[in-house]
Amino acid sequence: MMADGGYNFAYLDEQTKRMVRRALLKAVAIPGYQVPFASREMPMPYGWGTGGVQVTAAILTPDDTLKVIDQGADDTTNAVSIRAFFARTADVATTTETHAATVIQTRHRIPEAPLTNDQILVYQVPIPEPLRFLEPRETETRTMHALAEYGLMHVKLYEDIARHGEITTTYAYPVKVAGRYVMDPSPIPKFDNPKMDGMAALQLFGAGREQRIYAIPPYTRVKSLDFEDHPFSVQKFSGQKCALCGATHVYLDEVVTDDAGGRMFTCSDTDYCERRRAAGFLP
Amino acid sequence: MSEAPLLRVEGLTKHYGRQIGCEAVSFSLWPGEVLAVVGESGSGKTTLLGCLWGDLTPTGRVTYRDQEMGALSEAERRVIQRTEWGFVRQNPADGLRMNVSAGGNVGERLMAIGDRHYGTIRHTAAEWLRRVEIDPARMDEMPTAFSGGMRQRLQIARNLVTRPRLMFMDEPTSGLDVSVQARLLDLLRSLTRDLGLAVIIVTHDLGVARLLSDRIMVMRGGRVIETGLTDQVLDDPKERYTQLLVASVLQVAG
Repeated sequence: MMADGGYNFAYLDEQTKRMVRRALLKAVAIPGYQVPFASREMPMPYGWGTGGVQVTAAILTPDDTLKVIDQGADDTTNAVSIRAFFARTADVATTTETHAATVIQTRHRIPEAPLTNDQILVYQVPIPEPLRFLEPRETETRTMHALAEYGLMHVKLYEDIARHGEITTTYAYPVKVAGRYVMDPSPIPKFDNPKMDGMAALQLFGAGREQRIYAIPPYTRVKSLDFEDHPFSVQKFSGQKCALCGATHVYLDEVVTDDAGGRMFTCSDTDYCERRRAAGFLP
Repeated sequence: MSEAPLLRVEGLTKHYGRQIGCEAVSFSLWPGEVLAVVGESGSGKTTLLGCLWGDLTPTGRVTYRDQEMGALSEAERRVIQRTEWGFVRQNPADGLRMNVSAGGNVGERLMAIGDRHYGTIRHTAAEWLRRVEIDPARMDEMPTAFSGGMRQRLQIARNLVTRPRLMFMDEPTSGLDVSVQARLLDLLRSLTRDLGLAVIIVTHDLGVARLLSDRIMVMRGGRVIETGLTDQVLDDPKERYTQLLVASVLQVAG
């Protein structure tokens, strides 16, 4: 299958896509487990979503409709260029509407609108190993995963509380998947963690530089780690609402509007905000 | 000395290629007993400790409370290591997490065995810091802010928090200056007595062995050449080498 003369469908060659799919199958079979894969050089720098792009390339079919978001927005550089990349190399339809997409590649957010079980959410992951900053030895962290020795993860949360009086980890907040593997949910705000729990859509995670793929199958239990006396809680926006659509139950971005201290809060999910405004919601 | 031995070692042998690490070491250790392993550098003391702890894979048998350690899975061995055993390293930086606060260092083992209540963990950690004479007010400081002696005491607290039965110590005092050494030895002595802790302590310092241990094992070239009650061995050494070792302790005139 060729698109735009010269590129194989979705850029990667068929053997590579097979290799990625094998890793994906294994990842879905063992929820939360990091499967190594032979990550390829992609025509973009590491850190720009090379892992997510490879996963998307491996699962994309000509009938798919692709949406790409970066920090919740469809119109940021990373999102625009990845969308253009697949429009050109796979000739797939693209959209900015969450409900119209069959594949959504994301960096740093989960869409506000609930996803369905005919959608796939692909995360771009910079550092797949949740234990990395506590235990730098990869050999040791693999053993810890294998033996489910996750006490160290709580040491990190302990340190947060000891220093700040509460758990201050606000993004990449560690979760336990299906009661077994502790997983880094990629740098999404912990506000989005509850959305992962029992999500209807398949969630795939690709880390290009680190050469790891992992997954959460639909309707899987995903629990954010916490202490009994310091339970998990999401960010609060203390009475703020979206300046465009008035939403209060969403993740808000703080936007600086001038150099005189002016600022406003808006939905970080641009599509969600647009749909609310189209439906008549006002600030 | 009561009932069955806590640890029984039979014919423990470890070779590094053609080099002997330790050879045919056999002994038993009873609950609450402190055994000192002494000898010069390269005599196989640390190799022996590594074999017992499980870092190295020797031939021979190590039996801990009727369980043969070699037959356990890695998971089972690691559970024993972080609950019933402890290991105090010569350099505290090797045994501590230097980027985690003192309280977190002590609490780690509790969290590893499933304690999920912050308040309880913190309370227990503070209690153990107090027992090793570290002011609990400093529990949120990093070990890097601690002196060598404090770090070593912190490492001990970190190990004792799960109330282990058996501790391995590799030259715990030799990185410290003499006055700090004396305090630490005092502390170790009272802790082992109070907790009924069995200890295998590797040291090249006969003074440490004399002060802490009930029994002593002298090693040379990977073999145990003499063993017996500490006072007996040190006051009346049978082997020529032991005599040399005892005689070569620096005497400060005064």
